[in-house]
Amino acid sequence: MVLLEDIIVVKGLVKKFGKEVAVDGLDLTVKKGEIFGFLGPNGAGKTTAVRVISGLTSFSEGEVSVGGYDILKNPKEAKRLMGVVQQHISLDKDLTVRENMMHRAMTHKMPAGERKERIDELAGYIGLEEYLDRTIDSLSGGWKKRAAIVSSLLHRPTVLFLDEPTVGLDIQARRLIWSLIRKLNGEGTTVFLTSHYIEEVEALCDMVGIIHKGKLIAKGSPADLCRRIGSIAAEYLDPDRMMRYRYFSSKEDAEGFASSLGGGHKVLIRDTTLEDCFVELVGEKLGGE
Amino acid sequence: MFEFFRETYYVMWGDLMFMKHTALNILISSVMSPLLYLLAFGYGLGMGLEVDGLPYIAFIIPGIAALTSLSASFSYVSGRLNVQRLYYRSLDEMLMCPISTSAVVLGKSFHGVIRGLISSSIIFAIGLAMVPEHLHFTPLYVICIVTSCFVFSLLGVTSSLLAKSHQSIATFNNLVILPMTFLCGTFFPVDVLPPVFQAMLYSLPLTHSSVAVRASSLEWDFPWASLFILFCFCVAFFAINVYLIKKKKV
Repeated sequence: MVLLEDIIVVKGLVKKFGKEVAVDGLDLTVKKGEIFGFLGPNGAGKTTAVRVISGLTSFSEGEVSVGGYDILKNPKEAKRLMGVVQQHISLDKDLTVRENMMHRAMTHKMPAGERKERIDELAGYIGLEEYLDRTIDSLSGGWKKRAAIVSSLLHRPTVLFLDEPTVGLDIQARRLIWSLIRKLNGEGTTVFLTSHYIEEVEALCDMVGIIHKGKLIAKGSPADLCRRIGSIAAEYLDPDRMMRYRYFSSKEDAEGFASSLGGGHKVLIRDTTLEDCFVELVGEKLGGE
Repeated sequence: MFEFFRETYYVMWGDLMFMKHTALNILISSVMSPLLYLLAFGYGLGMGLEVDGLPYIAFIIPGIAALTSLSASFSYVSGRLNVQRLYYRSLDEMLMCPISTSAVVLGKSFHGVIRGLISSSIIFAIGLAMVPEHLHFTPLYVICIVTSCFVFSLLGVTSSLLAKSHQSIATFNNLVILPMTFLCGTFFPVDVLPPVFQAMLYSLPLTHSSVAVRASSLEWDFPWASLFILFCFCVAFFAINVYLIKKKKV
């Protein structure tokens, strides 16, 4: 089912910390039912944008609405629709997993009769059952993250914000989270995902926004973004043994370019990836590598 | 209104669970410092002394109950909320829930009130057993001690919302709480000091708390102005906390 209603609308968003501008005139719309990937290098403003959109941080200028509710004028209604998983684990580490989940269910005003069943259902799905009565502090990083994610899903949010959800997780846990995200999206949940892992965004997202220095510099589907720089990449070593990349709209053009370099060059012709696109648009690799 | 109280209960639920886990610790630590004050100042220094015709021990017990409402309520709320805000970041989760800001402030202060009431009740019960002919458990005493616990719990919320680190709370303790502990009428009547010091001390909430708690439990003329000022402190700290969260200055 394709739903085209704009569920997150951000207009001219500016967030300053003193004189430093963290988000600079951000305009963004996310459609209902999408998995939207928000990519950017470290310090680009991704987390700040998520905190502002989810109503946790004030902003200097602009408008933000979620599900048609202005985050300033109707914060309670907007927050009722949202689930947020922050980059850091933000559970109460003195309480058990079950108590944290119960507390979250209460503060999201889930009916009393549904809470226990929902906790057991989600814990069962993600394999948390045996850890439910352990304190958060006694869990490993991966289990803490799983607990944080399922806690944010208790009230069946319409929009789920995931800020770097799989950082520090092993590949098994990461795949489990991915399939959970797909399952939720299949049930109609809109997902707003920030990630350092390009393959995660490529694997999951229908639409991608690239933020750099607080500004949205590109937005489109992964295929659209690749087409924007050229959907075929030619990768080769230059005479100084430096890796070079050129992008072309067709394989023929790329092969023509390879021939023009002469026989001494080994050229790899392949499909353009989101990482190519990101590096080309931002001018640096993710994580400042 | 019912919705507001339900939200307040939801906010305080997590802290109630924490209290349940640490009940024995709370009970032991609650009575330690007031008992030390009682032994050191009541029996050690104050044996044979009289204040306003009363044995010193009868004079000091209501003061220590008021002081305990400060130390227990303030330290419990400021310590725990500071950890939740700066280290666990679990306050963020609370602020992303569809809960009114007033309910968050009230819910976060409630567990300090409970802790303050437990501690001051233990001290007062000891006092009642020691000097039953002088101390009285009156409705006005209950009103004064509950109000006092609210004032210092809400002050604990304010200090932790403003704190930049755990060190900030320690600094606040040293600059504000410690002077209040020794100067605000717990151990001696403020009225014996020069007028300028009296004026300074009457600008602090613990002085009014001590005066009101003492008068209500010794059945002296009740200082209604002090109770009113305590209410004003409550409203002021509550409003400041709501402002800090609403303006997202936390």
